[in-house]
Amino acid sequence: MSLPKPVMRGLLGKRLRFHLPIAFTLSIISAIAFKYAVTEPRKQAYADFYKQYDSVKEFNAMREAGIFESVRPTGE
Amino acid sequence: MLHLTAGRVGSRLASRAAAAFSVSSARMASTSHAVSDVVDMSKPLYWDRRDIPLPDRAFKESLTAADQSLKQKEKGPWGQLTKEEKIALYRMSFRQTYPEMNDPSAEWKTVVGGIFIFLGITGLVVLWQSIYVYPETPPTFDPELQAKQIKRMLDMRINPIEGFSANWDYEKGQWK
Repeated sequence: MSLPKPVMRGLLGKRLRFHLPIAFTLSIISAIAFKYAVTEPRKQAYADFYKQYDSVKEFNAMREAGIFESVRPTGE
Repeated sequence: MLHLTAGRVGSRLASRAAAAFSVSSARMASTSHAVSDVVDMSKPLYWDRRDIPLPDRAFKESLTAADQSLKQKEKGPWGQLTKEEKIALYRMSFRQTYPEMNDPSAEWKTVVGGIFIFLGITGLVVLWQSIYVYPETPPTFDPELQAKQIKRMLDMRINPIEGFSANWDYEKGQWK
């Protein structure tokens, strides 16, 4: 019948001391993971695309395909 | 049409969930029936709820003579009560212990079964609708016109870096 007295104080503090470091670590890890899995490859993809990009050639290809209304293909 | 289905199912689920919660969390026991099963809501009620450790009134209001003599004995030092007497006094004040209250029930099977039944009925309704209600799909859904749309998107160089046109090999004229 003599149970120990349950803990009455400091419950939120104990929970925060346990969960806050975990929360911060996980957030930082997920941010770093996103940076190196998504944004860095994307920046590299854009850089590689524009290294070899000839805008005039692309424009002429699009013009021949007939998608523009201001410039028709060279045949017409 | 997919939005409509989700909305209908969502509202059905919400009403089911509300019904389930209201039934399971408020298991009321009032022994003060007067005429029929009408509860006098103006008087304190007894609730078995996890967040109400001391309900507004004791469970048993009308005590027998034996109960009343036990209540008198309760007014003295509690060390003199036997274990059975203490349990009897507990049961006079409360209908269920916390473990009994927290025991899981099999109600979830009913809820999940009901959800699936209503999903099935909704599926049948949507099927009937697609046959008898919806108008003809526009001609732009035909495979030839869809192919023309894709060709036009590739000609326009839609998302040429990471998206749509990036997957098309312009030299070879085929998907990468």
